Amino acid sequence: MYRYDDIDETLVAERVAEFRDQTRRFLAGELSEEEFRPLRLRNGLYIQRHAPMLRIAIPYGLLSAAQLRKLGDIAQRYDRGYGHFTTRQNLQLNWPALASVPDILAELATVQMHAIQTSGNCVRNVTADHLAGVAPDELDDPRPYCEIIRQWATVHPEFTYLPRKFKIAVTGSPADRAASEVHDVGLHMRRNAQGEIGFEVLVGGGLGRAPAIGQVIREFLPLPDLLAYLEAILRVYNRYGRRDNINKARIKVLVKTLGVQQFRAEVEAEWERARADAPHLPQAEIERVRACFKPPAYACLANIDVTVNREAEFRAWYRYNTRPHGVPGYRAVFVSLKAHGRPPGDMTSAQMAALATLAEEVSFGLIRVAHDQNLLLADVRQQDLYATWLALSRQELATANIGMLTDMIACPGLDFCSLANAGTISVARDIQQRFDDLDYLYDLGEIEIKMSGCMNACGHHHVGHIGILGVEKHGEEWYQITLGGSVNGFTALGEVIGPSVRQDAVPETIDRIVEVYRERRAEGERLIDTYRRIGMAPFKERVYASRAQAA
Amino acid sequence: MRRVLRRREFIADDWRHLGEEAVAAADARGLIVPLAELRAHPQAWSEHPARLGIRIGPADKVEDLAADLPRLALVAVEFPSPTEGRGYTQGRLLRGRFGFTGELRAVGAAVKRDLIFALARCGFDAFEVAPGEDLAACVDAYSRYTVAYQSGAPGSLTLQRRYSA
Repeated sequence: MYRYDDIDETLVAERVAEFRDQTRRFLAGELSEEEFRPLRLRNGLYIQRHAPMLRIAIPYGLLSAAQLRKLGDIAQRYDRGYGHFTTRQNLQLNWPALASVPDILAELATVQMHAIQTSGNCVRNVTADHLAGVAPDELDDPRPYCEIIRQWATVHPEFTYLPRKFKIAVTGSPADRAASEVHDVGLHMRRNAQGEIGFEVLVGGGLGRAPAIGQVIREFLPLPDLLAYLEAILRVYNRYGRRDNINKARIKVLVKTLGVQQFRAEVEAEWERARADAPHLPQAEIERVRACFKPPAYACLANIDVTVNREAEFRAWYRYNTRPHGVPGYRAVFVSLKAHGRPPGDMTSAQMAALATLAEEVSFGLIRVAHDQNLLLADVRQQDLYATWLALSRQELATANIGMLTDMIACPGLDFCSLANAGTISVARDIQQRFDDLDYLYDLGEIEIKMSGCMNACGHHHVGHIGILGVEKHGEEWYQITLGGSVNGFTALGEVIGPSVRQDAVPETIDRIVEVYRERRAEGERLIDTYRRIGMAPFKERVYASRAQAA
Repeated sequence: MRRVLRRREFIADDWRHLGEEAVAAADARGLIVPLAELRAHPQAWSEHPARLGIRIGPADKVEDLAADLPRLALVAVEFPSPTEGRGYTQGRLLRGRFGFTGELRAVGAAVKRDLIFALARCGFDAFEVAPGEDLAACVDAYSRYTVAYQSGAPGSLTLQRRYSA
């Protein structure tokens, strides 16, 4: 992974000192709430329902064992002994004290971490495919470019007060496990006719209000121009993005207003005009950063069948929670943060410490965060899989449900977030209870449920096979259900099935949807496939039938 | 008398904004005129004897100033709120693209110490700091960071440092 040099370390240390001073001034009454707000936000600090929330950056989802151990330690000492992993590969602490946040940031700096630009109207954490570097279908490892973009965007003098937040995702694989098409900028690695690596550039994707799928504005961007082109996009956005209405301030609205052709023309013209002045990415810098992401020292092994004579639970876990690896003799292992009865994405300090140790023993001391709120050990020897399963099981991190209905995404919802309209954690718990039989889940196959507590869509509900959106209705929490959303190589936005339902009716509604699927599915079809074939009507009819009719 | 932060020093301001009362040695000072006023009476202002500066708002396009720049000794860019970010780009473009070498001054209620480091890197060399702000802290703000990842006027060349090491 990337290791800070003295320049990186100095910058983070200076940032901590700056924020320590800003926090002191706020607490002393020298800064008003209005003045402190943009300053704290760009250091990851929200003021939430019960307490501040601190969002810690995990660039492109990659963590060392020492870093994960430190996160567990910080959650233990400054919070309530757990943290929440998000869809943007970050970690949120829900209960830190405002006055101790500078100390937390200083602690993070000791393991080369920070919370810079995890919130606020600036370039956010750059995210990537969680299988980067090990996926057999990958063109090239996107992470060196994520790191280069991270550095370029960090404390950028011109683009720190954009109209709205700005999210970039990079993928090197056609499967797009980074949901790049619903980002403000999506970068897809491509190879041109000369065999050179570059990027296809998409702009204007995003969830939240008025969700949109990113559109291609450049088929192939040569590597040396990566930062210059991003700078052109951001400059056009910074100048012309709307600032009068927060709900119309994302770049997707500008792209839509100008039309993608006109937007592209503006960016290309700006790129051309800025040539003399724009950052050129030197080959030496690419090489320096790429060298940090060299593959680990894999042993020369053959693939083996590790499931022979093992118990059914292990075989299920192997089937659902591990993935093929590009190197023979290895597998990528999902660490499920979706144990039934626990909030999706939550992890305790004890689990973090145990997983850090396990990663050192079996996966080169590295851990990854996936955007669907699970973790990964990407490089486990097949011969170590059984021991890995036992160790994960002891920590309740081996629920064999990856890709299944209960592997759902959920934002923290009304229990924590001051933006939310409705709770998510209790709804997730009710769904987990209703669908507690793993064999039944396996029969249902791959179903992605994604749930957000409000229109801001942190839980990506628009792109869930089943999406659940919390809405407020006459002071009560109701839920709008959508069907047919997807990401991962085929991006589609879900359609609303009908009127929203009460909280206690959500599990029943899901149940009726999967019933229709079970009755109508063709051989080998997933729920999403059946939906695409038969359309909304049969689902809608069943969901809104009276209980007697449905029975 | 207003004091302005210029090249890391607070000094007595030798410019006044149109409408501000003239004080002693008024004719030695420059006059800062809003862009709209300049556009409304182009003839009068082209014949005006004072050193002229203009004041632009966040929505003004710097491209439209290109013809005016040769006779302007100062451009004042407004920062009305701490989240207004267009002025940073206006500064970069005035310096980098239009080669403006006069004074580039940040004005407005939001001009406080926390903006100074980034604004200086976008080419601003003068700051009308909001009343009540700690002046010494504003001077210190220039050196809040000793490294930076981006080149850019006036430029901290960290990347080059990496390769010359």
